[in-house]
Amino acid sequence: MQDLSLHILDVAENATQAGATLIEIDISEDTDKDLLEISIQDNGKGMDAEMLRHVTDPFVTTRTTRRVGMGLPLLQQAARETGGDLRITSEQGKGTRVVATFHKSHIDRRPLGDMGATLTTLIMGNPYRDFVYTSSLREEAVEVDTRSIRKELDGAMGINDPAVIRLIRDLFRKREV
Amino acid sequence: MAKLTVEDLKKIKESMKGTVNLRQGDYRVKITVHMGTCGIAAGARKLMSALLEKLEKNGATDIILTSSGCAGLCNHEPMITVEMTDSAPVKYIKLDPDKVGRIFDEHVIGGHPVAEYALAVGSETTH
Repeated sequence: MQDLSLHILDVAENATQAGATLIEIDISEDTDKDLLEISIQDNGKGMDAEMLRHVTDPFVTTRTTRRVGMGLPLLQQAARETGGDLRITSEQGKGTRVVATFHKSHIDRRPLGDMGATLTTLIMGNPYRDFVYTSSLREEAVEVDTRSIRKELDGAMGINDPAVIRLIRDLFRKREV
Repeated sequence: MAKLTVEDLKKIKESMKGTVNLRQGDYRVKITVHMGTCGIAAGARKLMSALLEKLEKNGATDIILTSSGCAGLCNHEPMITVEMTDSAPVKYIKLDPDKVGRIFDEHVIGGHPVAEYALAVGSETTH
């Protein structure tokens, strides 16, 4: 994974596989402490204590198409490389929250990347789920809530309509080449 | 903070008036980008962005663009699957934005699968 936005896409895709109807992605920074925090919270089916203990083990997965699950271990590694860490809390039937912290100015901290592409990819692939994205980063402060967009569109067009996706895309300045 | 305004959404709603929107229901073609950890790491998001651009330019309302998880063929990622209502689905492997552009033009719009990017075509031959 080249940047953090790809990790976010991966974790949020996990949330959709867990049956979440609402996925909240929050990116914030604490400039005094030089910290960057990414939180991904879903209302999916959650995990039991046993699964939660093993979830960062690359050889554990719930998937049946292959035997290894690399998503969370890779994100944990990316966070730890900067002196940060990964915390996961989960409750069965309620959902899961994944929080990754990074030392923002650490040389090994990967760039945030193209969050616009991540968010539009998620919305295209999951038009019946809701996403709330909040970034309070100084370099790219953006807020998207598909619940309010959906309400405003009022059934006239889908949230996955290219015209709607374009509007969301244009809220972000950074572009992947 | 950048966020969508009610006016932005009203404007595009206005521009849609009178057109039949099929994107929420029936479709002629469904394009699925495989978006597992393997696909994402191999560049699947770029395929989604490229296909979105193609779809936006084309303006067709009977094409659904969506994503799915890992298909279990991680070494072939990034992949897409193209399903047309009247023919068998085609899985394309080891793609990039240019290749999906060609698949969009020739298969999705033209109706002719791009054999050289497909996972397999037909089965064994005896000659």
